[in-house]
Amino acid sequence: MDLLPISLFLLTFIIFSTTTLLLAQPQQQYQDQYEEFSEELLLKPLPDRKLLTHFHFHNQAPLHNHHSFSTHHHLFPKPISHLVKKFHIKEMELSFTQGRWNYERWGGFDPISSSNAKPPGVELWAIFDVPPLQVDASWKNLTHALSGLFCASINFLESSTSYSAPKWAFQSDLGSLRYGTLPREAVCTENLTPWLKLLPCRDKAGISTLMDRPSIYRSFYHSQRLHLRSSIAEDRLSSRIILEQTLTVVLQPDIQRAGMNYISETSLQPSWSLSSIFGRKINGRCVLAKSSNVYLQLERGLVTELENLLKDTAIFAANDTGSENFRRNIGFELSVNPSKVHKEVEKSSSILYEYPIKEYKDSEQFDLGLTWKHPLVWSSPHAPLYASRFLTGSGNERGAIAISLKSTESTQGFVAANNVKERCKLQVNILQMVPWYIKVYYHTLKLFVDEKPQAVIDFVERMRVSPSEDKVSPGLMELVLKFPCEAKSAVLNIDFDKGFLHIDEYPPDANQGFDIPSAIISFPEFHAGLQFSDNSLRKSPMLSKFQEKSRVLSYTEVLLVPLTTPDFSMPYNVITITCTIFALYFGSLLNVLRRRVGEEERLLKKKDTNKGLLLQVLAKLSAKLRGRSSESAQPQSPPPPSSFISPKLVLKVVLVAGVAVTWQYYSQ
Amino acid sequence: MGEGEVEKAKMGARPIVKLGIFLISHSSFVSVICLITAIVALLLLPVLAKNTYISENALMPGSGNSMLSTQDVSEANKLVKDLAHLYLRSPIESQQVIGQYMSGLDAEVTYQKFYPQLNQFHPLHFFTNSDSGISSNNMNCSSLGINTVGIIRAPRGDGKEAIVLVTPYNPEKNGVGEALSLGIAYSVFSLLSRVTWLAKDIVWLVADSRYGEHSAVDAWLREYHDPVFHGDGIIDSEACNESNTTTELEQKLYVDKKFYSGFRRAGTMAAALVIKVAEDGNHFEDILNIYAEASNGQMPNLDLINIVNYLAVHKQGLRIQVKKIWSLLGFRWLNTLGVIFESVGQIARSLNPQWKFGIPASEYVEGTATLASSLYYQGLGVPTGPHGAFRDYQIDAITLEISPKVSHSKTTMHNDFILRGGRLLEGVVRSINNLLEKFHQSFFLYLLTSPSKFVSVGVYMIPFVLLVTPLPLVAASLHIDASKSTTPQTTEGDVSRKSWKWLNSARKVFVIHLWGVVVALLPYFLCRMPNNNLTTNFTLWGLLSAFSLRILYLLLGSPVFEVSTSQPEKREWARLKSVTTTAAFIGLSLMSVINFATAEIGALFIIPICLMVRPLKLDAQARSLRTLLRATCNLVLGLIAFPPVAYVLLKLVFDDFDCFNVGEYWNWVESLWAWNSATYLYVGIVHLPCWALCMHILFHPC
Repeated sequence: MDLLPISLFLLTFIIFSTTTLLLAQPQQQYQDQYEEFSEELLLKPLPDRKLLTHFHFHNQAPLHNHHSFSTHHHLFPKPISHLVKKFHIKEMELSFTQGRWNYERWGGFDPISSSNAKPPGVELWAIFDVPPLQVDASWKNLTHALSGLFCASINFLESSTSYSAPKWAFQSDLGSLRYGTLPREAVCTENLTPWLKLLPCRDKAGISTLMDRPSIYRSFYHSQRLHLRSSIAEDRLSSRIILEQTLTVVLQPDIQRAGMNYISETSLQPSWSLSSIFGRKINGRCVLAKSSNVYLQLERGLVTELENLLKDTAIFAANDTGSENFRRNIGFELSVNPSKVHKEVEKSSSILYEYPIKEYKDSEQFDLGLTWKHPLVWSSPHAPLYASRFLTGSGNERGAIAISLKSTESTQGFVAANNVKERCKLQVNILQMVPWYIKVYYHTLKLFVDEKPQAVIDFVERMRVSPSEDKVSPGLMELVLKFPCEAKSAVLNIDFDKGFLHIDEYPPDANQGFDIPSAIISFPEFHAGLQFSDNSLRKSPMLSKFQEKSRVLSYTEVLLVPLTTPDFSMPYNVITITCTIFALYFGSLLNVLRRRVGEEERLLKKKDTNKGLLLQVLAKLSAKLRGRSSESAQPQSPPPPSSFISPKLVLKVVLVAGVAVTWQYYSQ
Repeated sequence: MGEGEVEKAKMGARPIVKLGIFLISHSSFVSVICLITAIVALLLLPVLAKNTYISENALMPGSGNSMLSTQDVSEANKLVKDLAHLYLRSPIESQQVIGQYMSGLDAEVTYQKFYPQLNQFHPLHFFTNSDSGISSNNMNCSSLGINTVGIIRAPRGDGKEAIVLVTPYNPEKNGVGEALSLGIAYSVFSLLSRVTWLAKDIVWLVADSRYGEHSAVDAWLREYHDPVFHGDGIIDSEACNESNTTTELEQKLYVDKKFYSGFRRAGTMAAALVIKVAEDGNHFEDILNIYAEASNGQMPNLDLINIVNYLAVHKQGLRIQVKKIWSLLGFRWLNTLGVIFESVGQIARSLNPQWKFGIPASEYVEGTATLASSLYYQGLGVPTGPHGAFRDYQIDAITLEISPKVSHSKTTMHNDFILRGGRLLEGVVRSINNLLEKFHQSFFLYLLTSPSKFVSVGVYMIPFVLLVTPLPLVAASLHIDASKSTTPQTTEGDVSRKSWKWLNSARKVFVIHLWGVVVALLPYFLCRMPNNNLTTNFTLWGLLSAFSLRILYLLLGSPVFEVSTSQPEKREWARLKSVTTTAAFIGLSLMSVINFATAEIGALFIIPICLMVRPLKLDAQARSLRTLLRATCNLVLGLIAFPPVAYVLLKLVFDDFDCFNVGEYWNWVESLWAWNSATYLYVGIVHLPCWALCMHILFHPC
């Protein structure tokens, strides 16, 4: 079993490398024009002594529409181009994530946190270029194709209960968008390997050699993402497929624990190097890549701190007129000197060190290291509102979902910037998808702004609700809210009932509970982008991506709702009890139907007193008499003397009988 | 109707009906047999107890090596020392220190201020969670508590679930035991902040126990599960000086980290562990006490107790205990019973070695003492520790109270103690962390006879069922007797009224039960009154109850209700007894669903008198030895079943009796309703009326 893929892999690799070698020289020109690949790595120290590493692989190829499946690509992975062609994908994004992005400590206002911080598990969205009726079919086929491609259970997104079609809260693009998540999908190396296979150099050369599996999976957060975009232009030649593969990993450099823990604010940040965090070094660039760069980014907060540090040691600063590098390096030391330093245009801005990767010999490999010299404390820029979502209530019957939004320092900045206008408003888009067994009552949506109940209608700009349908589709709520900028906090609360599932609808480990996928909170008025004046940076696909004005986006926590679960371990008991009940029920029913109590009594009586032939005849006669003329005969044969007899009763009966008889007589 | 029916039934009945008629006609004999077997079965329970076993495979306790190092412990010891140094300074300072220690471990720290909920009687809130908005209206600033909460996010977890560690801490008292419990929790917390295997978030709650441990934990849980979003419930900050303290504290904590302050949450709680260290250690060895009973006899999943037991015994070598009633250990008769059971077991084993029946006598006595306490505390319906607050939100929780060996003076001893406690806690947390689903595999309904032995619901139900079976039989036989006795002398007018007679006694029973409701509600009004003397309260309660009973009697006797019975019915008491037993049967059966232990204890008290009761006059008239014996039996049983007397008796048996105060009973009752115990309802609505009716029958003027 194992040999086959390996041999296949080797075979393809040999073929591939020979073809590239053969084709490299004569078709270099052609290739540059149409297919290009670049690899980049961004390193960023995080405030809580962790390190963000962000791999970015950019791959693009022309989209040939004529020979639909026969075109050969040199660098671009063929399965991806097949996907695009077969399912007419306009845009698609697939991400596998483990761990949670800590918006509070790692920031929520930069391009990485907006576009690479993903909810745990699998997230997939796609925009199709097909007529609306075929969208669902394309989606279903796509999920199966991706499931096979990435060794993941993405095919569970096929069922209509697990995906939805948000209209405008998620992406501003209008189109046939489908969105689905699998919060419980476990992400591991089996998902990374097929992802790496899409790269022309895999992890054999270039920056991707750093991807040491144990270090990646020991990280605090890792998210591998695949973004696919096909830009169709008027002339066929310039329409392209752009494949963007990113791997975002947050690692903790090894630290020696300081003795005194709780005065950690003054302790040094841990120093790190590529070899200490990944256990590997970069040997050289991927020869097929057009550009291969490593960047080190210092956040705005950190740069400000460094400048403060510089002011503290003002004597040096006053005297020093030396290079920029020296001045920056007062807080830390780099093992390799950068070839370029880029600075953002704004006043308080981040700094980017650039290291182009060239061919290294065995003796000298690229191993960037950073040693801190001064303890520094800074914080990452936060999203305008800090969003958290939680469940309230207890028990198996009902509950409520609450989304709480709290203002952060970014909002204050926004208020300051917009102070000119009289009424400053902050727009928040919320997308919330809820599985059908969480029966949300949308009319119970309550809004509290600054701890005061408010009418939802006063704050809602737009709202779209598609209620869930049992076993068919999930519920979807899209909201556009506008809060006054000075609002400190807001809470959205919505009640739900917990539904019952059919026994075969329970997933494995049903007793864990059921997941509610993350809500997506976005701030369309805020743009997470870096602004560099240097135009040369436009060439780098990652940095040009960072300079795009993307909206600030954040995901909330995945929630776990305990539902009532049957006791699966006791089918035997259930069967036994049901069978017993059925036996008792049918037994007694048959008994009742078959037996006649009167008959039995008579038989018994007959047995007791064996005399009654005459009596029987009499009884039969009386019965016949009764049967024939019941109205008249009833009173004449009164029941055997019992305690009920009283003169009054007899009188009444006689009276009624008389009336009946006369009535009978006269009517005839 | 009666005779004819029976005759008819006898003629053509199926076996099951025949059996029923046989049982009813021999009801007295059957009830004696049932009662005796019930008592025997009850006494046999410790013998029938099974060994516990870990039912959920995912738990895997003790599978990982303990990672708690001495460095963690010395850090924890530093915290203990720091807290000891801070003694006699302001309580907020020690909480601040705890918060700083937590944030030093990269935990997210928040302070939650709360107003302890006063124990108020909400008669309509017995089975519902009390409304969160109500409580905080009449709070004063002086009673402000501050909980310190630290949360460690699991590095690669998805944050859906959390494990909660609770250490009650009173910053004003600052006891050594509490500091040590903080030390244990801190050592584990610091370990967990580094480990890579964490799948669930860890929440460490340092509950401010100045106003009671339970109320602090409860306040936090209420905020966690039922937060109030509108700011009406919270006192305005200008009014209190102290209310600003939390913000101050947080500002100190995050000097320049711009973190968002506020209540933090961490997913659905999988389990909670309350760690306590007893202030007064013992001189023998480290003993771990487990407290598990929550409100209304709810128990956590047995697996939680199992893993603690397994790890404490097999890994840490701690002696483990559950609560037992010590006075039972001294009972001679219990010991002889144990010896008898042991010898029976030996005989059984000699007959067939496969029959593993019988346990050593000493073990039997211990088991009985533990079982009795298990039954008693479940029946009381009052949680035995702060873990009770968790059970109200369907979270499995237990309290681990470690009683250390020596005085806590020496540092090495401290270190060793913290290491042992910490390793135990680490093992338990790791085991729960392995859990994929919530606790559902093992038992929820059980009684413990020792930390490693339990009686499951299937077994402990048998005595109760045996106790209760005679009730409907006796009721039926009495009913038949009563109707039989009236049939011969039927006159015409009586016939229509025959069914009315039954209803008449039912009405009487109903009115008495109504009286029970009134009696149960009286304390609500009494506690509103200014005087707080327990004894006066109790006497007032008794007087008012008697008075209301009198009024109801008058109403009952009034011509509106009176069906024209010219002469007192001769067999009226029998009919009344029949209805009373039926009512008792229904009440007990209902109670067994709500709180089984209460029903079982209640049945032991009320059923004998219900079955035996007979007018004294009749017995006195007969003047035979048997009747006199019965009369005295009735009197004694009637006395025992009276709730205050029963309480005193229980106290006599279980606690070492010193001096009884009438006010104590009032106290007990107050604690019952303050904890929303269903036992209170049972005593008021089922037990007391049944007893009153029995007394009515006993002194019936026939």
